[in-house]
Amino acid sequence: MRQFIQCIAEQNHHQTTHLLKMLREIQSRYHYIPGDAIEQLSGLLNIPRTQIISVVEFYSFFHLSPRGQYELLISDSITDHMLGKKDLFDYLAKSLNVTVGEVRKDGLVSLDNASCTGMCDQGPAGLVNGYALTRLDRSVCDQIAALINQQKPLEEWPSELFQVADNIYQPGLLLNQQLEQGDALKAVFRRGTKETLAELDKSGLRGRGGAGFKTATKWKFCSEEPQPERYVVCNADEGEPGTFKDRVLLNSYADQIFEGMTVCAAIIGAKQGFLYLRGEYLHLHDKLQAILQHRRQNGLLGNNILDTNLNFDIEICLGAGAYICGEESALIESLEGKAGIPRNRPPYPVTQGYLGKPTVVNNVETFLAATGIAVNGGEWFASIGTEKSKGTKILSICGDCARPGIYEYPFGVNVQTILNDCGAVDVLGVQIGGPSGTFITNQELDRKLAFEDLATGGSFIIFNSSRDILDMVQNFTHFFAHESCGFCTPCRVGTSLLRKQLDKIVGGHGSAGDIVELEATCQLIKNHSHCGLGQTAANPILSTLERYPEMYHGLTRNISFDPGFDLDGALETARRLANRDDAGAHLAQTESEHE
Amino acid sequence: MSKTITIDGKIIPFQDGQTIMDAALAADVYIPHLCHQPEFTPHGSCKLCTVKINGRNCTACTFPASEGQEVLSETQELIDDRKKITQMLFVEGNHFCPSCEKTGNCQLQAVAYHLNMLDNHFPLFYPDRNVDASHAEVMIDHNRCIFCTLCVRASQQLDGKDVFAVSGRGINRHLIVNGESGLLKDTDLDVTDHACSVCPTGAILIKRTGYEVPIGQRIYDHQQIDQVSLATEHHKHDE
Repeated sequence: MRQFIQCIAEQNHHQTTHLLKMLREIQSRYHYIPGDAIEQLSGLLNIPRTQIISVVEFYSFFHLSPRGQYELLISDSITDHMLGKKDLFDYLAKSLNVTVGEVRKDGLVSLDNASCTGMCDQGPAGLVNGYALTRLDRSVCDQIAALINQQKPLEEWPSELFQVADNIYQPGLLLNQQLEQGDALKAVFRRGTKETLAELDKSGLRGRGGAGFKTATKWKFCSEEPQPERYVVCNADEGEPGTFKDRVLLNSYADQIFEGMTVCAAIIGAKQGFLYLRGEYLHLHDKLQAILQHRRQNGLLGNNILDTNLNFDIEICLGAGAYICGEESALIESLEGKAGIPRNRPPYPVTQGYLGKPTVVNNVETFLAATGIAVNGGEWFASIGTEKSKGTKILSICGDCARPGIYEYPFGVNVQTILNDCGAVDVLGVQIGGPSGTFITNQELDRKLAFEDLATGGSFIIFNSSRDILDMVQNFTHFFAHESCGFCTPCRVGTSLLRKQLDKIVGGHGSAGDIVELEATCQLIKNHSHCGLGQTAANPILSTLERYPEMYHGLTRNISFDPGFDLDGALETARRLANRDDAGAHLAQTESEHE
Repeated sequence: MSKTITIDGKIIPFQDGQTIMDAALAADVYIPHLCHQPEFTPHGSCKLCTVKINGRNCTACTFPASEGQEVLSETQELIDDRKKITQMLFVEGNHFCPSCEKTGNCQLQAVAYHLNMLDNHFPLFYPDRNVDASHAEVMIDHNRCIFCTLCVRASQQLDGKDVFAVSGRGINRHLIVNGESGLLKDTDLDVTDHACSVCPTGAILIKRTGYEVPIGQRIYDHQQIDQVSLATEHHKHDE
């Protein structure tokens, strides 16, 4: 092991910024991060071991104790559940003879949950040693169990297990573009960088990650910073459950995305760019590296791009399972080899980002749009959409519909139109913008997708009337508690409080006072959390409580006090020990129940 | 003319580079806080110092003061929210004041008194946490840690060491120490380190000094935390 660690430290030039990359390699080889590896790495990188441990313990894909040689993770997104995840998970655990969350005694396999893996249109999905598995069913599970028990190396597994489809059903302005490598850069050099920034400004393009900051303004601010060393970062940490459009864009439009980053570099004066790719999209890594290499060979990356004085290159950095890294300052921390904890702002990344230098962070789709605008001009984009939301939005549509996949619409499209196009019937409601977004009911389907009404980063999950809204709310609330970084009190404690309080109510142990309390805790977390995760973590409860108060109240018991715990449930251990289950071994919570 | 902000209507002067907290302390205005002490880089994690600046919630310890800001701090809404945030800190750990050596000297307890916190409000988590008594002179009771990182910063910024770090994610966050065994005895911590005396709760205690000051004669037994904070931190701030 010593030689292996020495070797990866050298390959990474002993740079602490590459800590995640090194840990990924160690995890991949040993299926955990051994203590000896931490000791050695701490010496080689000259950093305290605590710095390494805090990174290992932060990211879901790193472990301090051994996982199986085959690390199986099954996506726990609500969309996977709607496709039968639970049944499949139990089946897999049984056929592999492994307990969820644990490693089988022979050390061969471990099985656990993963937050949404971004395959919502082709779930239930999972990961084996980091590689995406799609369309799991019982027969596929049998196949996987057999391959594991035969100890077949992953390279020899049938490729159809790893097949990931694009499922583009409705291309629009951006997805229909036929561009050659270099078209946008040539246009920029012909027109001039200042003039291109003016076109971008004219286009009205706003960030596609969801927050909607005007792209031209961000680039302009960054270009005006006195500090000459600047960076371009493409945020491909698409972790919002229900979102998968960036995966498709990176699979089929990567050249245009890299070109958009290079256009940005030309405008802001950056020499280095990063694509922060979520760990769940490991399957795209080699393909993207090959595209970067091809661009270098064609003079579109590296020194003197297209024989101009522009020098710029792009490095791909893989995440390791942390939703919070989609927040731009957490992403920058992660790029620097640290735990993804959002920074205090101000300063904003445009003034102090990567390594404290001015940095533009934009979503994958934003760079794709910028490429199109660089070629076609601002008017091409601005002529479509609404007054405050120009252009089109690419949506990841999943849940209860006939054709889940990728759809591109001009901003301002109403929800009903989308539902008609993807073949959704008997709709109960739609979750727009993922768990951090808004739930709308079938009474609101005339609402529009736009920053003025329903903003979305691209997640669009449809629920039909056979679904229980509370399953969704519980799934989302558990998700936020799991993904909270733990930095600030309201989110760290509050998301766990919400999980407990909601489970209590859904479990039938709540009273009317519990619902009042639930809502108060929601408001506290929303108003006081450090970053967007905490500020939106209560949205699933708040948006459904507003729309279905009677659903929540129907779950409560008509008692005048708020039971802190389930009296009868607490006796379960005692009953088991005493081997009793008669009436006398049970206690009622209230008088009326006793009668 | 010096630049000014207002806090609850009171005009407060400030200099460029100061945070709201800096300006407030200098002007003898107390804003409740636990993770902040003026000699360290602000952290902004406990969220007790949240104030409303031009209608937006911000942490006073990290937010830069700028000309004309209207800051609201002692509104009923913020006081209530601060109390709830303090209650959150109590329920996520195991804080039993009557049996804690730090009682009367504890900032968490003193802030709770200041905010008139009379109960835990939220259900207790009863987490399973350890005590590290391995070091000859210093002990860590993880039950009482609130992840303010003051010990982390004190060790780095004053002691020139790296003894402490906060690790883990979400509700599983925990304090770790820089020793091969993971125990305090294997770190280079000295009892004279600033990191040993900076803990606002009873999580880091110096051994064999317990009850040297009797209960009833301790810092917060006779003074509210706002008075103590302004008297001691104002002074540190001017240094």
